[in-house]
Amino acid sequence: MGLEDLQHNFLTGRLEDLVKWARTYSMWPATFGLACCAIEMMSVGAADFDLARFGMEVFRASPRQADLMIVAGRVSQKMAPVLRQVYDQMMEPKWVLSMGVCASSGGMFNNYAIVQGVDQIVPVDVYAPGCPPTPETLMHAILTLHEKVRTNDIARRSDRWTPGDAGGPGRRSLANDEGGDTDDGRTHGDEETSGWTPDRPDAVHLGTPKRNPVIARSVGEPL
Amino acid sequence: MTDPTSNTPEDGVDGTDGTDAPALPATERGAGTPNDTTFRASAHEAESSGHPDTPQSPPISRDQYLKVGPDGEPIGLSAETFEGHQELTRRSTTDPGELRREVGAVLRLPEGVVIDPANIDVEQSDDNTMIINMGPQHPSTHGVLRLMFELDGETVLRTKPVIGYLHTGMEKTAEELTYVQGSTNVTRMDYLSPLHNELVLSLAVEALLGIELPARADWIRMLMTELNRVSSHLMWMATNGMDLGSTSMMIYGFREREMVLAFFEKTTGLRMNHNFIRPGGTAADLPDGWEDDVTIICDTVLPRTDEYDELLTGQPLFRQRTESIGRLSAEEALALSLTGPILRSTGVPWDLRRSMPYLHYDQVDFDVIVGTYGDNFDRYSVRLNEIRESIRIIRQIVEKMPAGDYRVQDKKVTPPPRARIDESMEALIHHFKVFTEGFKVPEGEVYVAIESPRGELGCYLVSDGSSKPYRMHIRGPSFVNLQALPVMMRGGLLADAVSVCSSVDPVMGEVDR
Amino acid sequence: MTGAAEATSVDPATSVDPVIPVTPVIPVTPVAPVEGPAGTAGLSDSGGGSSRSPGRPVQEIVFPTREQYLSVVQGYRDDGFEMCIDLCGVDYLTHFNRHLPDGVPPERFEVVVNLLSLSTARRVRLRVQLPESHLEVASIFDVYPGVEAMEREAFDMFGIIFAGHPDLTRILMPEDWEGHPLRKDYGVGRVPVQFKGAPGPR
Repeated sequence: MGLEDLQHNFLTGRLEDLVKWARTYSMWPATFGLACCAIEMMSVGAADFDLARFGMEVFRASPRQADLMIVAGRVSQKMAPVLRQVYDQMMEPKWVLSMGVCASSGGMFNNYAIVQGVDQIVPVDVYAPGCPPTPETLMHAILTLHEKVRTNDIARRSDRWTPGDAGGPGRRSLANDEGGDTDDGRTHGDEETSGWTPDRPDAVHLGTPKRNPVIARSVGEPL
Repeated sequence: MTDPTSNTPEDGVDGTDGTDAPALPATERGAGTPNDTTFRASAHEAESSGHPDTPQSPPISRDQYLKVGPDGEPIGLSAETFEGHQELTRRSTTDPGELRREVGAVLRLPEGVVIDPANIDVEQSDDNTMIINMGPQHPSTHGVLRLMFELDGETVLRTKPVIGYLHTGMEKTAEELTYVQGSTNVTRMDYLSPLHNELVLSLAVEALLGIELPARADWIRMLMTELNRVSSHLMWMATNGMDLGSTSMMIYGFREREMVLAFFEKTTGLRMNHNFIRPGGTAADLPDGWEDDVTIICDTVLPRTDEYDELLTGQPLFRQRTESIGRLSAEEALALSLTGPILRSTGVPWDLRRSMPYLHYDQVDFDVIVGTYGDNFDRYSVRLNEIRESIRIIRQIVEKMPAGDYRVQDKKVTPPPRARIDESMEALIHHFKVFTEGFKVPEGEVYVAIESPRGELGCYLVSDGSSKPYRMHIRGPSFVNLQALPVMMRGGLLADAVSVCSSVDPVMGEVDR
Repeated sequence: MTGAAEATSVDPATSVDPVIPVTPVIPVTPVAPVEGPAGTAGLSDSGGGSSRSPGRPVQEIVFPTREQYLSVVQGYRDDGFEMCIDLCGVDYLTHFNRHLPDGVPPERFEVVVNLLSLSTARRVRLRVQLPESHLEVASIFDVYPGVEAMEREAFDMFGIIFAGHPDLTRILMPEDWEGHPLRKDYGVGRVPVQFKGAPGPR
């Protein structure tokens, strides 16, 4: 992904696209690690699952300098106003990623002490389920958020999607410029839908093992 | 759909339309006001009416959200976090007894020394001191710990930790879960060493049940908990290094920890919060080839502890920042009920694995690491060497692991093997009963304690004869160890307060439960 | 008190700490130390192939009355129990007729104190019965300063007043919370979830 990914000449492209691109690739998270999910969030920023490759390694302690609030962990009644206060201190544009089931819905703690979902307090953009979500899940959620910011679009499946495809046809990616099929067997040149499906962001599918396209196509029906 | 990047001003907060999304409650912290629409109010209504309802709040307007001054101009946010009596009070309004206590001078040492307030060496008035607040959202407080300091310049006079920001009601939840489900609950208390929490609950349940486990089950438990001790101490070294500014230590610590977590994932299925150690044994046997995996972990981690030794212990900056910082004496530590590396760093060689052995710790050879001065550096070196001792124990476990069952073959406690469910109706019923109703535990009470990486982790379990605990209380070591903070931080600098807090190694999950 | 000094002189290389003779303290009447339920007593005595916990002592439980409580604790402190490991409360509202020795009338609340002697590797447990009408007991903060946070938690969760505690405020719940969550008549506070059936405990 890079400048060539923009379909326009840089000089004559839309300012809005440039702004969205910049926001996506330097989205700084605010530290809001509460419980076990915070440990997995730290793991994502650390050695094996490096978050720095997405430009997000700097976890800003001050919410004034942060774009993304990853609510990692269970939010108790005492912490709820603090959460709101930190969210309010962030500058626009800001996004919230609710990490883990406790932040998304109260998780396994359906009792007096835990707020049943941080969307009761702050508007949430992406939910990452898991207890705790593995670092891969969190990265997928972060990349989904990136795509959401870049395209301002929500999941839209095309009719042609099969389990072997990594996303929809007409999907913008590096492979488009190479021409022809990639090893996953995605089809190109299909201009029916110019949208984007968030199922397999490029960074994830390019890193996963290549599949035999014939076998992939024979399995399952188009959804 | 709301567009987070739009700048159109709308009602409600930050671009959300106040009408469609679940309304954001007012966060005004006034108790008992008619417009109090916080969660607590709705929780109380729900609780008192007997039919808990989904907390709904009416849509709020901007006025409720922003505090407005007398002239109509907004003067701030209404998300107050004032915790009343739990906070530090100004010196002029604090009664002398509490003042003495908070300057750390009222510990009843064995000699019965009573400190006269006139002898407190720092005589200050309100004008000269400053009360500041650190947390609960702060990268250096190891979770949601809030510290209030009274400062004289950069010197810390009084400290008051305010906790409860992660209170999850786990002890209440435990009364609703069966014993089989219990370890999913306790495992999330000390989330850096989850297997220890599961172990202590399982030991307590087995003590009440009066069953004996096969030897292999115990040795598997020992292996997993010692590996967990290694990963917890590595995590501590990583975060402690980070708090002191050594980002590379953070990355190194996590790199080794990933190896241990990969083994855990192979054995238990999860990287964290495993729910592996259950009453009756463990959930599954060790996978094939575990000896090689564990040996690789040991062979990799041990030379790397030498690297960390060189990186940190050999570094004058690290030594200056940790030596003589946060000193604690043995008498103070005993009076404050501290356990674990903090107690051992003051010179008291108390380790439950040695002094009151559980599982088979009396059959393995290891040293109890003891410090001398009780400062940050001693705690660091205690934990670093405990990693080495744990590796030593793990190697012995690999040699001595017996063959046998990984869980007790007692029909009342253990579900049948999964394959038999397809064959036998009785096995299916048995499996169903164990996992829905749970097994009944005889009436009684027990207190069992183990040595977790943070100290003595205890479980006080009261059973009324049913399949759910009547009362389960977990004695979290960090909850008690936090009481040492005021004593350790007094007279030090504010920058040292961060490193002292880090060296106490609190995990807020078990502090607040 | 030489307890702390004794502990530091113990050689960690040997697996058994030297046992320092302690005069047993039985200051309370009319109760005597009670061993735990049959299961636990049997467990620690069991030999056999899987000697799981050879060092775990048999449980020693003492039942002082409210008036005797502070002096009993002081007595244990003087006899070498250097550390108060744990203090918690229990609400026996729905299990009122639990097993208690003769002469100990059951009440709704109990304060359970676990003491630890490092020099002799012994534990002792004290259980004080408290009625709901007079939910107050002396604070042992002066004896063991380490119980400060534990007593605050017992107050927060059960409403037990500890007279003489320097700062008896809520510690886990917000300051203006009403009610004491761990009491048995305080609901769990579940919200109804789809497919989970009726509200209330499972």
